[in-house]
Amino acid sequence: MATVFQKPKALLDVPFSFCPGCTHGIIHRLVAEVIDELGIEGKTVGVAPVGCAVMNYNFFGCDMVQAPHGRAPAVATGIKRARPENIVFTYQGDGDLAAIGTAETVHAAARGENITIIFANNAIYGMTGGQMAPTSLPGQITQTTPYGRDPKVAGYPIRVCEMLSTMTGCALAQRVTVDCVKNVNIAKKAIKKAFQNQIEKKGFSIVEVLSTCPTNWGLSPAESLEWLRSNMIPYYPLGVYKDIDAEVKK
Amino acid sequence: MTKVLMKGNEALAEAALRAGCRHFFGYPITPQTEVAAYMAKKMPSLGGTFLQAESEIAAINMVLGASAAGVRAMTSSSSPGISLKSEGVSYMAGSDLPGLIVNVQRGGPGLGGIQPSQADYWQATKALGHGDYQLLVFAPSTVQEMMDLVILAFDLSDKYRMPSMILSDGMLGQMMEPVELEDESYEMDLPDKPWAATGHQNKRTHNVINSLYLTPSSLEDLIRERYKRYDYIKENEQRADEYLCDDADIVIVAYGASSRISRTAVNQARALGIKAGLLRPVTLWPFPVKAIEKHIAHAKAFLTVEMSMGQMVDDVRLAVNGRKPVHFYGRTGGIIPTPAEVLNAIKEIAGGKE
Repeated sequence: MATVFQKPKALLDVPFSFCPGCTHGIIHRLVAEVIDELGIEGKTVGVAPVGCAVMNYNFFGCDMVQAPHGRAPAVATGIKRARPENIVFTYQGDGDLAAIGTAETVHAAARGENITIIFANNAIYGMTGGQMAPTSLPGQITQTTPYGRDPKVAGYPIRVCEMLSTMTGCALAQRVTVDCVKNVNIAKKAIKKAFQNQIEKKGFSIVEVLSTCPTNWGLSPAESLEWLRSNMIPYYPLGVYKDIDAEVKK
Repeated sequence: MTKVLMKGNEALAEAALRAGCRHFFGYPITPQTEVAAYMAKKMPSLGGTFLQAESEIAAINMVLGASAAGVRAMTSSSSPGISLKSEGVSYMAGSDLPGLIVNVQRGGPGLGGIQPSQADYWQATKALGHGDYQLLVFAPSTVQEMMDLVILAFDLSDKYRMPSMILSDGMLGQMMEPVELEDESYEMDLPDKPWAATGHQNKRTHNVINSLYLTPSSLEDLIRERYKRYDYIKENEQRADEYLCDDADIVIVAYGASSRISRTAVNQARALGIKAGLLRPVTLWPFPVKAIEKHIAHAKAFLTVEMSMGQMVDDVRLAVNGRKPVHFYGRTGGIIPTPAEVLNAIKEIAGGKE
């Protein structure tokens, strides 16, 4: 019988630790499929964040390093500078990348560090039980904004791709999501380009994936996807914010 | 072998290059400036990486990454910067990663000052970051030792898979002394690191560098294993230098800059007929308790001299364990004690009723 569907080889046979309906699983799968398709698992080193994806060192089959909270781009920099022939990626959430690790993110982009960043933005701290994230929306109810995020008190959400797109060292900044088949396909293409850029030594590439957190949003998986479409995408429009290849073509 | 005049910080950097370190990550801070400047100048011709990071935190995490990838990596800083690095050092220790951290100490707490100090002893030996762990801590007292101990620090860090620290100070970093240099050789046989995250090349299962263990019993087992290694190190890696200790009535215990001053004071005391000696810890962790033990029977008293309000004196007291009096003399805030002050402290003890 012909195999029509299988787990990517770059994912180990280990159950995910994610809550039901969370889109981290899809994003992990896409990263693994890309690693398989590019045939780079043997030379890839992944960097795990602190957050819901912290244990992805158990999921990805490539060598893995677990970084302190927010420091994944610095850790990845150290690995890449030590072994430029390796492919180095980080997988980070919004708290990790855009709050405690903002400096590491911005400066890795400023240096044009030749690494790939997969950024899952679900507008909340999932692992710690649903606190306000740097990307939580105005009015969004979280454990630490029980009356809704009031920008006068808690400030405004950060649009990471827009910010990084201003940086000369950034080769690719693209925002995608995985709410439907069409968008999953776009997301995979973006992730593949972000890895391809590194192989071609083009520099810092980041793919922001709008993601859901049914558990902490207090919604069903289906409702979560709808909430993402009607609330997150308007604030965080999908699209390519920086692509040096497109600039060359202009 | 040639003799050259070098600044302490430069000797330290040169030694790191000779130890095969090709990855330096740092952030500007006084008084370690020359370490980074030397590296920035030398690394390109050696095909290495000098990277000025956006913060002390990023720098130590770059060391973590490079070390995880199996190369010899280091960072250097001074007291306030070391506090910022403490998170990364804890993760390195928890992930069993080697690596070298240099602290050219200045006055604290807070922004403190930029003059020499030894007030980071507790931080280096007891609590550089959260959790149960130790660093190998080396205390040079001459520019020559700034070289020699860097090479040893890298070797033992790799051997025991734990971070090493050179605990220097602004005086040693800034002073110039002649050093014996082997003829230029930057070729080094470095140990294999089969545990490193280098890419498995489809030839082995994946390597994971990690400090997270959510099952308490697993974490406890791991830490107990690590402590067996620490016990072995305590047994086998203590180092101390002794000067006129064998017949000493008063044994001064001092490291780094204050040991140099104490040595002068010992000579002056001897000229006055007071039998003083100097025991100089070269490793601060493991603390050289064996060297102290040798002198407890004949010494009438111990005197610890530090450029702090008294930190290492705790370890001297633990080693002496009440068997003889342990005195302390110190200056802090960037003040270097004079030999006359130390001699006075010796005289007070010698004249006192023990």
